[in-house]
Amino acid sequence: MALNPEFVGRTYAASAPYLVGREKIREFANSIGDRNPAFHDVEAARALGYSDVIAPPTFPVVISMTALATAMFDPELGLDYSRVVHGEQRFNYSRPVVAGDSLVCVPTIDGIRSAAGNDLITVRGEISTEAGEHVVTTYATIVSRGTAEEN
Amino acid sequence: MAASVRYDDVEVGTQLPSKSFPLQRVNLVMYAGASGDFNIIHWNERTATAVGLPNVIAHGMLTMASAGRVVTDWLGDPGALVDYGVRMTRPVVVPDDDRGAVVEVSGVVGAKLDDGLVRIDLTATSEGQTVLGKAQAVVRLA
Repeated sequence: MALNPEFVGRTYAASAPYLVGREKIREFANSIGDRNPAFHDVEAARALGYSDVIAPPTFPVVISMTALATAMFDPELGLDYSRVVHGEQRFNYSRPVVAGDSLVCVPTIDGIRSAAGNDLITVRGEISTEAGEHVVTTYATIVSRGTAEEN
Repeated sequence: MAASVRYDDVEVGTQLPSKSFPLQRVNLVMYAGASGDFNIIHWNERTATAVGLPNVIAHGMLTMASAGRVVTDWLGDPGALVDYGVRMTRPVVVPDDDRGAVVEVSGVVGAKLDDGLVRIDLTATSEGQTVLGKAQAVVRLA
């Protein structure tokens, strides 16, 4: 079943605040094998001008995951989880995520298109502090294999 | 909050230091735990082959994270990254052996933009085949 293009522009409720922990940042950095001192050493991060360790650039996917899933798996949209793969990912940063941030993510369906028999859906996640300061916008494009209708 | 690389010191074609990233099953398990992405195709060969994959594959986001290190290590301050995007064009297959997979990443200055911004074009390959498409980062240099 092809996805309904009328869902483009639909915005969902903000996720519950995600409190970014220093040890979570270190754990994530270790999982990608990244020893950059800015991700591990508070003094090194402060020397760069940050209040605490900063998160690796792809860490916002962890913060956005719950919110994006709410949009992508809206039952009315009809996306089949067993058929999806992650096709594209982009981040646009106002600043890095810093330990101690309490962040919310507001998901919006940015685009729906078909290509080569697949449906592609792009969900934008606006990640900001609870006080409303923008931190990063994420764009995740998910490919639903073989679900587009034949022309 | 500033990169250690100066805008005036780079030109289109300037190469960033290349890096190799070995990925074994343990790295996929670590990434699954730290990221919360427990999709079975990233750790269970039986499931991966049942859905038509040659073997367990790395998380696309782990490949993206590895490729991004070529940029952030060069920058000094990872916070000088302004924009980073990739297409996951081919999965990185990670066999259950002593070697696993290796992702080779190189980067080059693709364009000098306004306001001290530079676009970096990244190439990521595994087993000689490109695994990321349109992998680009925009960075703010000193």
